[in-house]
Amino acid sequence: MYRYDEFDQSLVDARVTEFRGQVARRLAGDITEDEFKPLRLMNGLYLQLHAYMLRVAIPYGTFNSRQMHMLAEIARKYDKGYGHFTTRQNIQYNWLKLDDVPDLLADLASVEMHAIQTSGNCIRNTTSDQYAGAAADEIEDPRPTCEIIRQWSTFHPEFSFLPRKFKIAVTGAPKDRAAVQIHDIGIQIVENNKGEVGYSIFVGGGLGRTPMVGKHIRAFLPRQDLLAYLEAIMRVYNMLGRRDNIYKARIKILVHEASAAEFTRLVEEEFEKIDQTKLMALPEEELDRIAAYFAAPEFETLGPCPAEHLEALDRDRDFALWVKANVVPHKVPGYAIANISLKPIGGVPGDITSDQMDGVAELAKDYSFDEIRATHEQNLVLPHVRERDLYAIWQRLKALELATANIGLVSDIIACPGLDYCNLANARSIPVAQLISERFAELDRQHDIGELKIKISGCINACGHHHVGHIGILGVDRKGEEYYQITLGGSADENTRLGDITGPSFPYDKVVDAVETLVTTYVDLRQSGETFLQTYARVGLAPFKENLYAAA
Amino acid sequence: MPLLKDGRLVEDKWQRLEEHEVVPTEGAVIIDLERWQVERENLKGRAAPLGLLLMPGQSPEEIADDLSQFDLIALAFPAFKDGRAYSYARILRERLGFTGELRAVGEVLQDQLFFMARVGFDAFEVNERTSEGDFAAEMAKFPAVYQPSSCGENTVFARRHGARLVEAAE
Ligand code: HEM
Ligand code: SF4
Repeated sequence: MYRYDEFDQSLVDARVTEFRGQVARRLAGDITEDEFKPLRLMNGLYLQLHAYMLRVAIPYGTFNSRQMHMLAEIARKYDKGYGHFTTRQNIQYNWLKLDDVPDLLADLASVEMHAIQTSGNCIRNTTSDQYAGAAADEIEDPRPTCEIIRQWSTFHPEFSFLPRKFKIAVTGAPKDRAAVQIHDIGIQIVENNKGEVGYSIFVGGGLGRTPMVGKHIRAFLPRQDLLAYLEAIMRVYNMLGRRDNIYKARIKILVHEASAAEFTRLVEEEFEKIDQTKLMALPEEELDRIAAYFAAPEFETLGPCPAEHLEALDRDRDFALWVKANVVPHKVPGYAIANISLKPIGGVPGDITSDQMDGVAELAKDYSFDEIRATHEQNLVLPHVRERDLYAIWQRLKALELATANIGLVSDIIACPGLDYCNLANARSIPVAQLISERFAELDRQHDIGELKIKISGCINACGHHHVGHIGILGVDRKGEEYYQITLGGSADENTRLGDITGPSFPYDKVVDAVETLVTTYVDLRQSGETFLQTYARVGLAPFKENLYAAA
Repeated sequence: MPLLKDGRLVEDKWQRLEEHEVVPTEGAVIIDLERWQVERENLKGRAAPLGLLLMPGQSPEEIADDLSQFDLIALAFPAFKDGRAYSYARILRERLGFTGELRAVGEVLQDQLFFMARVGFDAFEVNERTSEGDFAAEMAKFPAVYQPSSCGENTVFARRHGARLVEAAE
């Protein structure tokens, strides 16, 4: 894992001091709320209906037990004893008091964490593959690239007042677990035919009211050119992105209005000019220095799957189901990647209590080389555990009420806060997620249905990524009533695709039945081994639509 | 508007000309781009200092060939959120080699001075509340910077490896 050096630490500390001063000026009335707003937004602090909400970055989703314990402690000290993991590898606290926030930030800084640039029209927390450094299909660990981007984008003097917020995601594997094509910039690590590792670049993806899949603008970017190229993209966007209409201010609109070809030409032209100075060329030593922090932990040489693990699988069906859903192969024999679901049946997706956080921290320390990951699907991961420890891990997770065996299944739902918390919402999201997971609670049935990603947003801002759900659910307002529009066939992986709208929307009390109809339609139509998405790709919208609206 | 130049509150010798005013032969004046485009031939080689105001949407690359005519470029921030001038400033300093006064005008807030200085501004039309002390504090607020920019300050990258080279030499 990356460790701050004196420079990194001094910058995060300086930010705390700066913000303490700004809060003092605000509390003393020296600056108005209007003047304070952009300052607090630079520090991830939002003013919500009832209290202040703080968004803390977990850069590229990697953190350790010390940091997790601190997140737990912060929830106890300044909030109501729980936190909420989001879709962007951040954690949010919902019930803060303004005068506590500088102390909270100082606590974070003491464990090398911060809330810098987690809101505002700047470059946000860079996100990545939650299996980085553990996945078997990886070309290269994406985290050194992410850390370089984190440092470069931190307090960037030119790009802190962009037309709109800006999100970058990096994946190091051909299987895209970081949803790079729905980001403002998506970076995929690739290898060219000379065996050199570099970057393939997508620009202009994003959801919200105008959902778009990123355009592929560069097939191979040499590694040392990364920052020069990013500066070129950012500069073109900063100068030409629309500022007249907040809904048209994201880079996706610029790329769309200019055309991908023209946008690419502008970027390449700017890149050439920037590159002439070589000022932004990444020095080899710095790449090596950062990469060294992400060296693989000292894995043991382990034999094939130990007998005690196989016995436990045989003996304990609940354990076997958990392994089937939540455990993923690791690149090193004898190790595994263990997912921790934050989607208990009937629970709030992404919520976790302080005690549970402490428990996960201890598990990471005891079994996973002290590493934890946060995923963009609002779950957690222990990335490097021995297969033989899985049973013990599972038992401890069970005691923590964190052993839900549903990763990638129908009850592993992404949902935005919706009407329960959010003043922009048309409809509730969390209760819909809870009702769906209760309807499909039975694990055998979930496993029979197989991989199915349901994503729910309470309004068109799409915080719940509904456009890229295999089943997407969007809250709409019909004459003051909560209604839900359904989309099918969306996906946020390497074959990113926006879902198709099925037709008229459903009232709150009919939406779970609608989901059930879609699921049974799939089960009836599927050929052996086909997932929901594969069946949908083969048969199309028509049969689903027919069954959905048959009764009406 | 008080003017901070190189960290000091100074008297502003420059006059910003309104649309209807004719350009005097004497005195330092700042004109806008429209006037420059219309009166370019007359104003070229003006003996007294000439400054140019650029609004967002008016990239300095458009006047790259005329840059030597100007002793001052003012870049406008009609609202603090409009960050285009940060890019213009770097282009002026780093690409076009402009060495005259680069002035930030408009909604110039105290908490932005550090970023503005880093992209190459050396003069700021600030509000009445901003003191020389505030300016100095802003300039000192971060002990290090990550990205190379117009200010020429050593970046963290350079300092890290500079430091390493010294270690190796010892
Ligand atoms: C309740 C407080 C919240 C409010 C008021 C809010 C508001 C918004 C708005 C207005 C946008 C659209 C911005 C744009 O497209 O330019 C947005 C986007 C987004 N929000 Fe939220 N949000 C909230 C909570 C959350 C939470 C808890 C999550 C994570 C679970 C989240 C994840 C996202 C994501 C991922 C996007 C980007 C979608 C895209 O690619 O365009 N938001 N949010
Ligand atoms: S999608 Fe809409 S309702 Fe849901 S959190 Fe975002 S803004 Fe609020």
